[in-house]
Amino acid sequence: MQNKIFDAENCVRTFGHGKKIVTAVDDVTFDIKDGEIVSLVGGSSCGKSVLAKMMLGLHKPTSGNFLYKGKPITDHKAHWREVQSVFQDPFSCFNQFFTIRSQLKAAFGIYKEKPSNAEMEERVDESLMAVNVKPSEIEGKYPFELSGGQMQRMLLARIFVLRPQVLIADEPTSMVDACVRANILDYLMKLKKELHMTIVFITHDIGLAYYVSDRLFIMHKGKIVEQGSPEEVTTKPKSEHTVQLLEDIPDVNREWIKKK
Amino acid sequence: MKLLKNLLKSPMFVIGTSLFSLVLFAAFIVPWFYDITTLQRVGDSYGAPTAQYLLGLDHLGRDYIVLLLRGLRSSLYVGLLAGVIATVLGTLIGLIAGFKGGIVDDVLSALTNLFVVIPQLVLLILISASIGDTGRSLTLIAVIIGLTGWTWSARSVRAQSSAIKSKDHISLARLNGDGGLRILLIHILPYLFSYVFMVFIILISAGILSESAISMIGLGPVDTQSLGTILNDAKNNGALSDGYWWAFLPATGIIISIALSLYLINTSMDGVFNPRMRK
Amino acid sequence: MSAIFEVENLSLHYLTRFGNKVHAVNDVSFTMEQGEILGIAGESGCGKSTLVNGLMGLFIPPLHPTSGNVRVGGESLMNRSPKDIRQNVLSRKVSMIPQGAFNALNPVRKVKDIAADVMAAHMKDMDRKHIYERLKERFDLFGMETEKVLNAYPIQLTAGERQRSVIGISTLLNPQMVIADEPTSALDVTTQKVVIKLIFDLLEKGIFSTMIFITHELPLLRHVADNIAIMYAGQIVEKGTAEQVVFDPRHPYTKALMGAMLSADEGQKSRKPTAIEGAPPNLANPISGCRFAERCPSVKPDCKNKEQVIRIVGDRQVRCEYAE
Repeated sequence: MQNKIFDAENCVRTFGHGKKIVTAVDDVTFDIKDGEIVSLVGGSSCGKSVLAKMMLGLHKPTSGNFLYKGKPITDHKAHWREVQSVFQDPFSCFNQFFTIRSQLKAAFGIYKEKPSNAEMEERVDESLMAVNVKPSEIEGKYPFELSGGQMQRMLLARIFVLRPQVLIADEPTSMVDACVRANILDYLMKLKKELHMTIVFITHDIGLAYYVSDRLFIMHKGKIVEQGSPEEVTTKPKSEHTVQLLEDIPDVNREWIKKK
Repeated sequence: MKLLKNLLKSPMFVIGTSLFSLVLFAAFIVPWFYDITTLQRVGDSYGAPTAQYLLGLDHLGRDYIVLLLRGLRSSLYVGLLAGVIATVLGTLIGLIAGFKGGIVDDVLSALTNLFVVIPQLVLLILISASIGDTGRSLTLIAVIIGLTGWTWSARSVRAQSSAIKSKDHISLARLNGDGGLRILLIHILPYLFSYVFMVFIILISAGILSESAISMIGLGPVDTQSLGTILNDAKNNGALSDGYWWAFLPATGIIISIALSLYLINTSMDGVFNPRMRK
Repeated sequence: MSAIFEVENLSLHYLTRFGNKVHAVNDVSFTMEQGEILGIAGESGCGKSTLVNGLMGLFIPPLHPTSGNVRVGGESLMNRSPKDIRQNVLSRKVSMIPQGAFNALNPVRKVKDIAADVMAAHMKDMDRKHIYERLKERFDLFGMETEKVLNAYPIQLTAGERQRSVIGISTLLNPQMVIADEPTSALDVTTQKVVIKLIFDLLEKGIFSTMIFITHELPLLRHVADNIAIMYAGQIVEKGTAEQVVFDPRHPYTKALMGAMLSADEGQKSRKPTAIEGAPPNLANPISGCRFAERCPSVKPDCKNKEQVIRIVGDRQVRCEYAE
C-alpha cells in the first residue's frame, strides 16, 4: 500500500505582479508516495527551491492544488511536526550564540508536548550516535568550533531527533567536498531505511540524484520536463534539458569539454 | 575574555579607555579628596589660577575646579541617560521594522526618515526654548536629547535585522516552532548586540555634545552646572574677548576628551567585533 | 623550457585569535612550466586556500611564511610587503580568480568601473576612453552581451555572468600565472561548464597560459588539468599527470578520494561511494608520523611514528613509503 504524501495538480507559483511577474513554478503535476526518495534536479533558478518551500508550507501555490496527505497545508506547526528540512549551508543554520547541543534540544519546541528532560537528552545522544558523532565531541561546543562536514551532520542529527515523516533536503551536499558528500548520502539512506522516511532531495547534480533516488524529476524554468526512474532518465533521457544536465557533469570516464 | 585580550592589542582601544578612565577618575574619585559640595565666592571675579585654585575663578569668583567637576558629572549623567533612551528606542524601532517588514516597516521607516530630515539640534532648540527657563532640568534635557537622537541607531539596526531575518537559522527556528518574539530576542538580537553596544557608546558621546551645544547658546539646564553652562557663562561674561583662558579652555578640553575617548573605543571595537576583520 | 613558477619547500602558518600557531601548509614544492595547468585537490581545511595566498606572496597577518621560497619567472615573492606585492606582482605577474564572485565585486560600482580601476592602476598614462575600448574588446571574447554586462551592477548579473566578469577582470593584464581558487564550486553544473569553457577560450587565445586550478572535485580536474597534486593536512601527498592520479592513484588517500566519487554512468549505482571515516589531524598540534595514518585503510604499525617524505614512484611523486 502506498499512500500519497504530496499531490500537486497544475500547481503554479508566481512572484510579483503586473509586468514584473515571474513564474517560478509553472503548471507542475506530480505526486510523491510514502517512503520514496524523489530528487528534484535542475540548474539554478529552475524553480526547485520554490517547490521545496511549497512542500514545507512556506509558499502557497498561486493556482492549482497542492495537497499534503490529501489536504492543503494550513497549520504550519502541525505540518512541521511531520515535514522537516535540512538546508544547504550548515554554518548559517545554527545560532552562533548557543551550544549545538542546546539547539538540537530546541528542535523539540515543535512538539505539542515536550518529552521529559531526561528523555530529550537521551534522544539527542542517540541522534548524535546515529550520525557517528560521540556526544562528548560536541559537548559545550558552539557552531563555529566545528568543521563544515561536522556541521552538516548536526543538521542531520536534528532530523534524527525529530524523526519527521518527510524530509526536504535542499542541496545538503553542494557546500561540502566529496568525502563529506558520500557520508551525508549514507545518512540519508539510513533515515529512509531505519525510520521509513520519505525524502525529497533537491540538487543540481544529476549524478548524485541518480545514486540516491527512487524517482527523478528534472526541472527547467519552473516546469518538470521529465520524470522517471533513475535508470530510465539517465540512460534514455527524453528531454533535451536532461541530456544537457547529464553532459554538464565532468565525469572521469566521459569526454567533457576538450582543451584546444 | 579573549575578546578583551584582542581589544587590548589595539592601541586605539588602550588610549581610548585610558582617557575615559581618567575622565571617570576625575568625576567620581577626585571629589573624595576635593570638596565640591559647596559652591561659593572665594575670590575676585575671574581670579587667575593660583596654587590654591589651580584653574582660577569664574565671573562670580567661584573655584573653577569645583564647577568643572560638577559640570563633568552632569554631562556624564546627561550622556548616559540620553544614550540609554536613544539606544533602546532606536534598537526597538529598528528591530521591529527590519523583522516585520511590509507595512510595519514602511510606517516605522517613514517615521524614522521624518526625524532624520529635521536636524536634531533645531528640534532640541525648539523644545528647550518652548519649555521656558523655569522647568528646564538636567534630566528633562537628557530625555529630550534621547527622544530626538534615536533615528540613526534605528536606521542602522533596521538594516542589520532585516539582513539577519533572511538567514537560514531563522528558517530553522521557525521549523522548530519558535514564535516571532522568541526569534527576535534569541535569534536576532544577540547578533546585533555588539553592534548595538557600539551605537550606544557613540550615542553617549553625541548626547554629551548635544547638551553642551544647547547649553552654550543659553538653553541648558537651570538647576545645575554642566560643561555647556560653564562655557555659556564664560561667553556671556566676555571671558573669551578678555583672554581669561581658564574660563573656557579646560571645559572645552574635557568635552573633547570625552568625545574622543568614546570615539576611539568605538572604532577599535569595530575592528574586533566586525567578523570580516576578525580572524 | 624553463620553469616559470617555482615553489620550494614552502611552509606557512597562521596565528589564531588565541595566539596558537597553525601550520596550515607544510613543505610544499613544485615547479610549473609555461603553458602547464596544475590542479590542486583536497578536502576542505587541507590548506588549499592558505596555500593560494602564499603562492602570491601575499602575507597579511595572521598569515606568515615559516620557510621556503616562491619564484615567478625567477623573481622571488618572499619577504615583500603586501603593498609591493599588490603593486608589482598581482594582476600582471600572478592573478587570482576567487571563489565567491559576489564578494570579489564591489556591489556599488558598475562592472566597467571595477575593471577600469584595475587597468588604470597599472597603465597610468592611458585615459578612460581608451581603457573602456580595451575593456570592450576583451569582454567581447566572453560570449556575453558586452554592453549589458559592462554597464551593470554586480547584483544585476546572474551567477555565471558574475563569475565570467571576475575572470575577465583578473586576466585583463595578461598575467603570467593565474591561480583559480575553486572558481566553480558555488555554481551549478551547467554554469560550471560555461565558466570552464571561457577559461579554455582564454587559454587558446593566449590571454594567459599557465594556471593553478584549485578544487575539491577530482573529476573536474581530470578534464581541466595536465597535472594534479593532491593535498592532505597541509602537504602534497601525491603528484602526477591527471590521468595517472585519477585512474591509477597510488597514495592511500588519493585512492580513498576516488572511492568517494559518484558517477551517473550506467551500472555505477551498485558501486557504493565510500566515505573516509574520521577527520584530518588538527594542525595546531605537533604531528609525528604520517598525517593520514589515523584514517588510512592500509595503515602499517610504524606509520604513526615515521614521518613520510615525497619519493618518486615510477614517474610521479608520492608521500608514502608503502605505495607501489
